[in-house]
Amino acid sequence: MLAASPRLRAILLRVAQAIPVVMGVVVISFVLTRALPGDPAVYFAGVAADEASIEQTRVAMGLDKPLPVQFAHYVADLLQGDLGQSLSSGRPVATDLANRLPASLELTLTALIIAVVIAVPLGVLAATRPGTWVDHLCRIVVTAGVSLPTFFTGILLIYIFYYILGIAPSPLGRLDFIYLDPDHVTGFYLIDAALMGDWETWWGAAKQLILPAATLALFTLAPIARMTRAAMLTALSSDFVRTARAAGLSNRTVLYGYAFRNALLPVVTTLGMVFSFALGANVLVEKVFAWPGIGSYAVEALVVSDYAAVQGFVLAMALLFVALNLVIDLLYTAIDPRIGFDAK
Amino acid sequence: MSDITPADLPRQKGTLDHILYVLRANPVTLIAFGMFAFLILSALFGPALVPYDPLATNAGNALQPPSWAHWFGTDQIGRDVFSRVIVATRLDLTISVAAVAISFVVGSVLGCIAGYWGGWPDIILNRFLDTIMAFPLFVLAMGIVAALGNSVENIIYATAIINMPFYARLVRAEVNIRRDAGFVRAAKLAGSSDMRVLATQIFPNALPPMMVQVSLNLGWAILNAAGLSFIGLGVSPPTAEWGIMVAEGANFIVSGEWWLAVFPGLWLMFAVFTFNLLGDGLRDIVDPRKRT
Repeated sequence: MLAASPRLRAILLRVAQAIPVVMGVVVISFVLTRALPGDPAVYFAGVAADEASIEQTRVAMGLDKPLPVQFAHYVADLLQGDLGQSLSSGRPVATDLANRLPASLELTLTALIIAVVIAVPLGVLAATRPGTWVDHLCRIVVTAGVSLPTFFTGILLIYIFYYILGIAPSPLGRLDFIYLDPDHVTGFYLIDAALMGDWETWWGAAKQLILPAATLALFTLAPIARMTRAAMLTALSSDFVRTARAAGLSNRTVLYGYAFRNALLPVVTTLGMVFSFALGANVLVEKVFAWPGIGSYAVEALVVSDYAAVQGFVLAMALLFVALNLVIDLLYTAIDPRIGFDAK
Repeated sequence: MSDITPADLPRQKGTLDHILYVLRANPVTLIAFGMFAFLILSALFGPALVPYDPLATNAGNALQPPSWAHWFGTDQIGRDVFSRVIVATRLDLTISVAAVAISFVVGSVLGCIAGYWGGWPDIILNRFLDTIMAFPLFVLAMGIVAALGNSVENIIYATAIINMPFYARLVRAEVNIRRDAGFVRAAKLAGSSDMRVLATQIFPNALPPMMVQVSLNLGWAILNAAGLSFIGLGVSPPTAEWGIMVAEGANFIVSGEWWLAVFPGLWLMFAVFTFNLLGDGLRDIVDPRKRT
């Protein structure tokens, strides 16, 4: 227990730090929904509302009360998981988001896994072989990756793989209509189909997923590869690597046991920033591929001025991002060799 | 002031030599400056030089592939894609430059106050910036535009707000490490007010890293604005703008009319690429240690 305590203390401290951020996110979300110039009742009643329905909305949402009271109501509603009512679907926003979240998560996580699996080895190879073709490839990928608009990459991929080569399915949604949706267990089609043992559906879902996931992965690859390369270079030129080499350890042990383990720390930190980009780019990719996730839900809501849905989406994304950052930092604490080193 | 001029001259010559040295050693930066000049020229003179009116429709000549008469082809209602792509440069650059200018100014003022005086303004600013950074930034921009109203000005404000934390943090750090420096104490002893010391002695030191940030940010601001208009925010349809042109062209890509989406997309990429290269080049000039 004593050996675990610095790690435990670091974890508790980090969790405590997330609390003011969550409060700030809720306040900004409230300001965006209620306290802006203009009449929020008009805004929530939708474009087609008349005088009576605007007045009805005002009373129903408590918008005739002073701002602090409204804020208290807002927080109370949030604590019950109430994000308001969507005008276009007629269902609570929270329900809509919960239904569509698995599609977005499946896309984002697949993309991130592809990106990490390609970018980390690419960065390591570039750092260990500076000046070779791997290094140049890494530089080109990194520079092109940050300049590529995600929505444009997606359209290019559709043109090449669907129109010219004809090997990708039509870019519409998660599953072609010839397949039945797998039973809902996790909401991740790949996992659900595998659980049912329905490999035909699994393959159908994988084919739909690969292009949007590749689009998103191309975008997130660049910062991860750049950071891995820089972190590996720093680690390889450090004293402890020189000492390890002088002590006669094998190249492999030095590279993976010493340099890579330390280089991993800044890479994990970068993942937080990458998530921010990925969650934003997700919206664009979902629009391009008609992917039925929460991003395309928000875009559809924007078009018909369904603001409760849009603001619910923004708040949900922010909370998701705060949670992801928390997980990343906890992961960081778990892999940091400087914490609890003696315990090993 | 005249007595420091002779001492300044060799230093300036040194800076110039350094810039020339970096440009010679790194021709990519030189190319980036050339690309940047091309973008500025097409923003300034493009609307006067393009062969067709970007809004003129010609139903008889719709969806033509690229040809000598129409370099980038024509769109679904017969407008010339090349003219529209070039004319859009001005709007896209204006949005990103305006957004970056606002975040530069607001970020500098907030960063100076927090970095110089510290105390509770510093704590409040940091909490506020943390909160903004806690949102996925593109999503926050969507929420801001949705809340403020769907217009080009609001796209600019939203982009400015999501970029502001980077400037404020940078200035705060640069000001903070210099507030007790020798030259600052000397200026204060000489009777300068806090404001004057801040504006003339401390802030100019933050400018070089700020310029790098500006250049990298411009590319990001363009991507952001084009992304927002791609999902239907900000610019409305007949206007020529890269994001919305890609969005309109996306409907035709599955039937093979690639030129509608590809050319505005390539131009957008070109602009972002230019600013990124320029940012890397400026960083080499300003801070050779951070060279990658």
